[in-house]
Amino acid sequence: MTTMTTTPPATVRESLPGPSLARLVGVELRKLGDTRAGRWLLASIGLIAAAIVALQLRFVDDAGQTFTNFFTASLAPVALLLPVLGILSITAEWSQRTALTTFALVPRRERVIVAKLAAVLLAALASVLVSLAVAAVGTLLAGVTGGAGSWDFDWTLAGHAAVFQAINVLIGAGFGLLLLNTPLAIVTSLLLPTVWGILSAMIEALHGPARWLDTSITMEPLLGPDMTAGQWSRLGVSLLVWVVAPLAVGMVRTLRREVH
Amino acid sequence: MIAVDHLTKRYGPHPAVDDVSFRCEAGTVTGFLGPNGAGKSTTMRMLCGLTRPTSGTATVAGRPYRELPNPGREVGVLLDASAQHVGRSGRETLFLAARTMGVDADRVPAVLDRVGLNPVAAKRRVGAYSLGMRQRLGLALALLGEPRVLVLDEPANGLDPEGIFWMRGLLRDFADRGGTVLLSSHLLREVEAVADRLVVIGGGRVVAQGGKDELLAGAGTLVRARDPHALRLTLDRAGLDATAGADGGCVVRAEPDAVGQAAADAGLVLTELRPAGGGGLEQLFLTLTAGASTKEAVQ
Repeated sequence: MTTMTTTPPATVRESLPGPSLARLVGVELRKLGDTRAGRWLLASIGLIAAAIVALQLRFVDDAGQTFTNFFTASLAPVALLLPVLGILSITAEWSQRTALTTFALVPRRERVIVAKLAAVLLAALASVLVSLAVAAVGTLLAGVTGGAGSWDFDWTLAGHAAVFQAINVLIGAGFGLLLLNTPLAIVTSLLLPTVWGILSAMIEALHGPARWLDTSITMEPLLGPDMTAGQWSRLGVSLLVWVVAPLAVGMVRTLRREVH
Repeated sequence: MIAVDHLTKRYGPHPAVDDVSFRCEAGTVTGFLGPNGAGKSTTMRMLCGLTRPTSGTATVAGRPYRELPNPGREVGVLLDASAQHVGRSGRETLFLAARTMGVDADRVPAVLDRVGLNPVAAKRRVGAYSLGMRQRLGLALALLGEPRVLVLDEPANGLDPEGIFWMRGLLRDFADRGGTVLLSSHLLREVEAVADRLVVIGGGRVVAQGGKDELLAGAGTLVRARDPHALRLTLDRAGLDATAGADGGCVVRAEPDAVGQAAADAGLVLTELRPAGGGGLEQLFLTLTAGASTKEAVQ
């Protein structure tokens, strides 16, 4: 049984400050993994990275079984799931209607959103650590089973990979924030870049703009250790369209939306 | 502790809440009564900063909700017991809220115990909960931050008679310790047993408010005329406080004698004139509800 304090004065309890941003980030991190769906998604990210390395051990020729190759190959499938993580962290509040509690406890909604973005970014960075770990295990096994097992690694690539996965999770979060609906955001985030990619490959006049706006083209150099200033600037421009704009519009939408 | 002033919410031209004002003092339970769709939930969401009012203000402890430093420690809110993640356990739901508010995690089992959710139930996913269990979880969530104000929307929904009795005791106790409770219901009988004050809302407007005893005992008069519009005008002109029901009848806060005289002076044909009896409020409430359910039936 709990006891209540005695008759209090009718003023706000200033001695009880609101949650710090760090605390909110902690809460949002926990939310990523405290539901069945969330646990499965996180587990899939780890499993899929491990599965890719296993496939390489089985099917790639011995000389190709290096740490760098294992690592690079594990990035792409993880990159498919990270947008879903970004989307769900935002849209689950609306589809499960937990926004009612979340925003009643933290009425300054922008703080919740910033905390969510920080949480999914941390998850994206953690996924790079998972990729490094499975690549290390793969390299060890390759050494035993007769593969090259080379440990040569340019650590710039790890940095690029972190940027790569961070962008992927933010694209998802941006679409989630913009559309506030799980299936719609997942389908759109998968379909729109693909359609844009097909169109720009098909239509001559779009070749030029695509080099600046098609993320499958602008993000590609991140999968290698070398990136030129030109590549960075093209990446930046494409991110304005695919990350910054959805996040900005979605933020405004979320702040104004009525919570039912 | 709660002050609602001229709160209005329009969706397009249609006002869902129309110039609603009331106050809830510390140490009291206020019943917020009205048929479904009367504007209770919209008013409560505006009070809790979840819906922006078109005009008007609402404050808790003298401040707009959104400006409370740590709202969960001031106001316990339960607006919809179904609005919980079905894949999360009850205990985890509370733990997240405790972390957010900065409440010690030890309080989680304590409030679970207080609302009668045993440890086995607490570990289960909310998706497996009955509506009654969700209401208990929602109440636990509201009590978690040891607030001094409770805002509860239809908390008795889905509770069995024993659960309703238990909840009344809990709310009464909360108010007797100096807390402020605002709870809504579409059933007069449900809040009658626990409320000190009543605010009755219909069609987005406050149609009656005051102390429960005063309202329930209030000698009202039920009057009906062949021309309801003329009756309305006549009553207004005579300075008689009247509330129109959807079926053309009016509940007037005056003696039948005064009402009959006013009608006679205006040459109106009355089809019904009688004391609404001790159930003046009930009559008023029934007229409101009848109107609303007629609308629902037509839809």
